[in-house]
Amino acid sequence: MQEITSYLAPRSLDEALQAMATGDVTVFCGGTDLAPQTEAGVRRYSTRLMNIRRIENLDGIEEKDGVIRIGALTTISEIRRHPLIAGAAPILAEAAEHFASDQIRNVASIGGNICNASPAGDMINPLLVLDAAVELASWADGAQQKRRVPLEHFFTSPQRTVKRADELLTSVTFRKPAADFVGRFRKSGPRPALEISTVSVGVGGNFSGGVLRNARVAFGSVAPTPLRARHVEAALEGCKLNADVISAALVAARSDAKPIDDVRASAWYRSHLLEVFLEEVLHHVRGN
Amino acid sequence: MSVAIEISFTLNGRLVSARIPPTMKTLTMLRDRFGLSGTKYACGEGECGACTIRVDGKTQNSCLMFAADCDGRDIVTIEGLKTPTGMNPVQKAFVEHGAVQCGFCMPGMIMQADYLIANNPHLTRQEAQRGLEGNLCRCTGYTKVLDAVESAVEQKCCGQC
Ligand SMILES: Cc1cc2nc3c(=O)[nH]c(=O)nc-3n(C[C@H](O)[C@H](O)[C@H](O)COP(=O)(O)OP(=O)(O)OC[C@H]3O[C@@H](n4cnc5c(N)ncnc54)[C@H](O)[C@@H]3O)c2cc1C
Ligand code: FES
Ligand code: FES
Repeated sequence: MQEITSYLAPRSLDEALQAMATGDVTVFCGGTDLAPQTEAGVRRYSTRLMNIRRIENLDGIEEKDGVIRIGALTTISEIRRHPLIAGAAPILAEAAEHFASDQIRNVASIGGNICNASPAGDMINPLLVLDAAVELASWADGAQQKRRVPLEHFFTSPQRTVKRADELLTSVTFRKPAADFVGRFRKSGPRPALEISTVSVGVGGNFSGGVLRNARVAFGSVAPTPLRARHVEAALEGCKLNADVISAALVAARSDAKPIDDVRASAWYRSHLLEVFLEEVLHHVRGN
Repeated sequence: MSVAIEISFTLNGRLVSARIPPTMKTLTMLRDRFGLSGTKYACGEGECGACTIRVDGKTQNSCLMFAADCDGRDIVTIEGLKTPTGMNPVQKAFVEHGAVQCGFCMPGMIMQADYLIANNPHLTRQEAQRGLEGNLCRCTGYTKVLDAVESAVEQKCCGQC
């Protein structure tokens, strides 16, 4: 049993960041990743444990100047039911709908999902489609320091990100999509919930007259990190979504995905699923 | 030795306090410190729902919840559902429909069903099915569970409208 010398439950962001500036702290929010990982021994606690769930003004969903901001502590249940998300970014609600179970969604945070940096993190995929950025905060020179990182450049390898150990993720933001934006998400799994994605696919863009513009495509669980599928995007950009274009997109997907064999699926099966899902999602977009 | 954390919270309507290790989970605290063995340990990983409790009105898996996070919160366990006159209507419906086989999953199943009905008095069978996805029954008695939930909804509805 590892020794923990202090347990912190700060109420303010300043307090949390100041603690993080003075050395290693294990941060948790809902604990739905941290608890099983530490129980299974794949992760160790540092000597200080910090519960960030009580920090004020770090939750909630709001729109300001055409930008939607989701606070790090916002739960998946809140995202699933929020009118702003349902109206402006239903692709996020769609991912929340297929996320774990009610009991998990009620505590699992969006910040935790992003920072856990699993290639299978289900909220990451639609956020990539929405071209989101994360805000990171730290404490230096007696003040809060903030920086923004596009989500696409946040992940470096499984469970690794560009976030420093003294930084807290405070929010995720994205431009409110235009009225003609269509976004669709699909994850694998024989049942709607409690399923860690074997493959996930998100597609979005401005869709009018059968043509997709500003195409953004994200893949989950087919590479060491969640990723934007740039080859697929190029194959779709400015094109009418007909059978030929969809076929070309499926071929391009092979250049974007680098799937591996693991306990959930073989690389071959993942590649196959990816094509099936991409085709299905593109048909959904076309059907809009 | 790790530090001990002092917490106080409402447990089934009573103000209580505890001194616990920082990594102890709420499930362990409820069972071993408060003797509330209705909340069950099965998977310990958030997959099965046997440990479901209500925290500030929302259900969650107590096996994943740090006990220290109970501080200042309102916690309700299966023991807290009973009314002054006996079982609550959801508990009664489960008994009446024979939804219980070995019973191990039942405290969690009933906590979750009660939460679903409290938040949606017109809960449909399909919504109940989705809402109970995080509750596994290894005796596989789901049909009768859903019958019980449906009848609890009907009773609640009739009382109201
Ligand atoms: C049964 C079960 C089913 C699941 N199903 C799914 C699923 O369908 N899809 C899916 O994507 N995930 C799933 N998960 C994983 C998990 O629930 C999610 O990743 C969740 O969003 C994590 O949020 P949390 O608040 O619980 O994170 P925590 O466990 O509290 O934290 C996760 C990690 O992020 C760090 N962290 C948390 N918040 C911040 C912050 N604001 N700033 C900096 N670092 C931070 C922590 O230090 C930790 O390393 C499941 C988990 C379980 C147990
Ligand atoms: S024991 Fe908590 S979910 Fe299974
Ligand atoms: S009644 Fe036996 S596990 Fe559900």
